Amino acid sequence: MDLLDFGIIFARAIFVIVFCLTMVPVLIWLERKGAALIQDRIGPNRTSIGFLRLGGLIQIIADAVKIFFKEDVTPGTVHKFYFYLAPFIAGFVSLSTFAVIPFADNLKIGGKLVHMQVLNIDAGLLYFFAIVSLSVYSVVLAGWSSNSKFPLLGGIRASAQMISYEIPMGLSVIGLMMIYGSPHLNDMVQRQGELLWGFLPRWNVFLQPVAAMIFIICAFAETNRNPFDLAEGESELVGGFHTEYSSMKFGLFFMAEYISMVVSSGFIVTLFFGGWQIPFLTTELLTNYAKPIIQISLVLASLISFYICTNLYTYHKVHKNRWKDSRDYEGLIFSVITGIASIIMLVVLVLMSYIDLPTWLPPVFTLLAQVASFVIKVFLMCWVFVWVRWTLPRFRYDQLMNLGWKSLLPLALLNIFVTGAVILFLG
Amino acid sequence: MIKVSRDVSELKEDIYIIEIMKGLGVTIGHMFKNMFDLSKLPVIDYPNQEKGIPEGYRGKHRLTQRENGDPKCVACMMCATACPADCIHIEAAETSNNAIEKYPNRFDIDLLECVFCGMCVEACPVDAIRMDSGIYSMVDFNRRDFVVTKNELLAIKPQLESTKALDIRHPMQKYK
Repeated sequence: MDLLDFGIIFARAIFVIVFCLTMVPVLIWLERKGAALIQDRIGPNRTSIGFLRLGGLIQIIADAVKIFFKEDVTPGTVHKFYFYLAPFIAGFVSLSTFAVIPFADNLKIGGKLVHMQVLNIDAGLLYFFAIVSLSVYSVVLAGWSSNSKFPLLGGIRASAQMISYEIPMGLSVIGLMMIYGSPHLNDMVQRQGELLWGFLPRWNVFLQPVAAMIFIICAFAETNRNPFDLAEGESELVGGFHTEYSSMKFGLFFMAEYISMVVSSGFIVTLFFGGWQIPFLTTELLTNYAKPIIQISLVLASLISFYICTNLYTYHKVHKNRWKDSRDYEGLIFSVITGIASIIMLVVLVLMSYIDLPTWLPPVFTLLAQVASFVIKVFLMCWVFVWVRWTLPRFRYDQLMNLGWKSLLPLALLNIFVTGAVILFLG
Repeated sequence: MIKVSRDVSELKEDIYIIEIMKGLGVTIGHMFKNMFDLSKLPVIDYPNQEKGIPEGYRGKHRLTQRENGDPKCVACMMCATACPADCIHIEAAETSNNAIEKYPNRFDIDLLECVFCGMCVEACPVDAIRMDSGIYSMVDFNRRDFVVTKNELLAIKPQLESTKALDIRHPMQKYK
């Protein structure tokens, strides 16, 4: 272990934490804006720093400042230790689960193989189930230690729900382990870069559609999101397990919900949608043909940038006198920025055809492209979480239990048998 | 025993997934439709853009004036008597004009007490108090400022004819 090793470990850990924490405000924005558009509203759009509105993204800063400076009330009747412990468990569990997810292919730096995941352990999938099942403690402890009726009911519901849905979740990935013969996540992702029947990426969602469906449904239940948010149940249980929490203690629960959304999306993407793989572009292809791929992506990026530029300019022309302050110029400023960016990209494109790439660039480009692919996939999966939340109503408690024990569990078992039979007969 | 037949096949609903997909389709349709054209949303950009008020809307009160600028009010106390919320406080004084004898020295309305029922307007024998100002948003920093005095009430103008012509339909009716 020399300094480089420590540096790499540190960098990976920092990347994961920063990624998770920055996704939280973005997801809150996505949630509010997505909900608004689905419900024919506009959503947050007024808050600004100077001219900067960013389509309502600044609102999140205002919310964060508000939640930090609110009075932190601890009711006199709570069990103090557990009351304080619960939000920490929620935050810790959801952040530490991300450790085993690979976010890019292994990289060779100076003859050394660097794994692009914080914890490169063989039992990756098992680690996920071990840590995720701890998250029920935060809900149960919060519910019990609040010493109040509604949080207790919410906590009980949540514990029953999470324990029930962990079983089909665990069973659904056994099919995958049978196919790959290992619970190591990076192995699974590397194998998903191959092609199925010559034209389809060999993503597990095509190999194991039933398992993918069960896993996604159970991930919704594990993150306590709609339609499985019985633990909160604001219309019947006031606020559920976090009724008695205020200020940043509530904020931690809130953040933990979004981080666990990112983590669940990360796992869904890694297990079923090819993780960091870019469809049809393997690591070797990306490294060997880095130059033409960079050129093509520059052309595309430049076109997209130009399209955004023109759209922003028309937006600016239509809404010239909307706010009657510096916010009116936001569209114009960003239109100029995107326009300049698209020109810079074209200049780089022209310059690139005259020079040879330095040797360090292709691996770095591969790394960045794969990280970008992973982030985009996670973001899209998070959008599915938001989308489902604003479409479906909450399950009734008996429907929830019926779905978990009578539908998903037998389906998961059947999936194992069918997978086993197929592997046995087709080899 | 009455048997109720259901039109939908129960199996289709029991396996959830088809119905869920339909619902997801509806919501994503709304989202895409709205994402590319925010201008057709059934919403009003409220502080920048106001919805019209229907004719006969009972807004903030105003006192009407004679040609010489004096209040038409003769301090007869009909409005204060009719008021169910007891929010009108009139202090009468004598005037040299023999035709009317009295005029209000003070005429205060506590808007926080007022229920905007319009009984005062009905009760007034000389058409001195009206509620046609069209002001519906009354905001202030402390409660005392919500007591409006005679001069303030006299200064309020009636709602302009042009603003009455606004499209007052609910935005949802305009939205296809």
